[in-house]
Amino acid sequence: MAEILDEAWSLSPSVALRPEPFGALAYHFGNRKLTFLKRPELVTVVRLLSDHRDVRDALDAAGVPEGQYGTYAAALQALAETDMIRRRDQEAA
Amino acid sequence: MTILQTRPEALRPSGGTLIEQFEYGLDAPICLTWELTYACNLACAHCLSSSGRRDPRELSTEQCKAVIDELQRMQVFYVNIGGGEPTIRPDFWELLGYAVDHQVGVKFSTNGVRITPERARWLASTDYVDVQVSLDGATAEVNDYVRGPGSYDTALRALANLQDAGFADAKISVVCTRQNIGQLDEFKAIADRYGATLRLTRLRPSGRGADVWDELHPLPEQQRELYDWLMANGESVLTGDSFFHLSAFGESLPGLNLCGAGRVVCLIDPIGDVYACPFAIHEEFLAGNVLADGGFGQVWQRSALFTELRSPQTGGACSSCAFFDSCRGGCMAAKFFTGLPLDGPDPECVQGYGEAALADDRSIPAASQDHSRRMPTRNEPVMLTLQRREDAVVAAATPPVSACAENPLAGFVAPLEGITS
Repeated sequence: MAEILDEAWSLSPSVALRPEPFGALAYHFGNRKLTFLKRPELVTVVRLLSDHRDVRDALDAAGVPEGQYGTYAAALQALAETDMIRRRDQEAA
Repeated sequence: MTILQTRPEALRPSGGTLIEQFEYGLDAPICLTWELTYACNLACAHCLSSSGRRDPRELSTEQCKAVIDELQRMQVFYVNIGGGEPTIRPDFWELLGYAVDHQVGVKFSTNGVRITPERARWLASTDYVDVQVSLDGATAEVNDYVRGPGSYDTALRALANLQDAGFADAKISVVCTRQNIGQLDEFKAIADRYGATLRLTRLRPSGRGADVWDELHPLPEQQRELYDWLMANGESVLTGDSFFHLSAFGESLPGLNLCGAGRVVCLIDPIGDVYACPFAIHEEFLAGNVLADGGFGQVWQRSALFTELRSPQTGGACSSCAFFDSCRGGCMAAKFFTGLPLDGPDPECVQGYGEAALADDRSIPAASQDHSRRMPTRNEPVMLTLQRREDAVVAAATPPVSACAENPLAGFVAPLEGITS
């Protein structure tokens, strides 16, 4: 299972999410990249990231079935590559 | 134009590809072009918007700011500003600053006339502004032929000013024509020289482009040359997804392969009229007006025209073509302005169906607006091909006859009997 699941992430501060009927459009004001989140569930997960200690927790809160965690981990990894989401510094335990 | 009372609910399928979702439209455009003025210092032969003269109804500074406010509310993250020549609007720099301060990024297209060293330094210091300089030939000869004398030097001077000011990654925007397809490598070299990115777009038969399309549009073998070049260089070159009709050659080009008109793309013209796409400035594609119809959001979300464009389209004559899924029938504007049916092949269909359609009976629609200058100007393109004529060479061998030659019949040659009728 992907490592990202056990890490703490959040939406990048430079990114705005625009709701769309199919999900959302994410725009990065810094690198000007435009990305589409094609499922409303993924939008929910991305929005929940900052409130949860790790990705697994956010997926659970969004009601994503465990069998789909791998798919979501891959989607989040792709969003991380363009800095749409950013890894949070390890917070004091 | 009609604005519906309530927002139409499209029967949108869930899931599917992004392209399928885009066909049903978005809550706000992702690629909005806004032409700020019809005034222009040039008179390019192929101008999409038939620009030249300012329209007295053009939006005021305050009206433009209200549009920007609405774009911010709708989360339209950036606009492509054009014209005419937008930088000759006296409030251009003010509006640019206002947009950036309201989280609406700007890419503006210019012929370079106002990109002085001072402006270039200001642009270099501003984040969130992109500059796109138009250049339609890699040499002055090819460029000035359609854009007018001196326009090549103006564009290159602007690029040099931007580079000297430290402005990173300007765009060089090229409309691909029969005359410049052979210069693609040279364009790339110019872009590299100025630290810029090359952007290639398709010549549309829109505006004054309708008058010169027959002469300027790439020949079938040049379409192939362009496709091959894009396949080899596509990663480092922008296209505005304008060549999706070429996807019918085989492998799809990078980007969106669909007509975005009224779905993800639209145009606001200088008087606030909203058209389905920047290449379709014609009453047939007029959705509404930002002043008369309650703002841009209302027009985008409720106009009858856009609702229709977002409903499933039939491929018409193209449905049975094996390549329909790649090219989706091509460009709506290119079909409309060449008088072809909208549900038939693109005039430049790479499978050859366009040529057959063009050979059939068709009538080219009359322009519904024209802001061209009424009088010729000194920097207007002349579009004469310079070549040596055999008889001119012969004539030059004999001394010219001056007006005050003694013999009143000097230079007169009697027609040979029996040859003239």
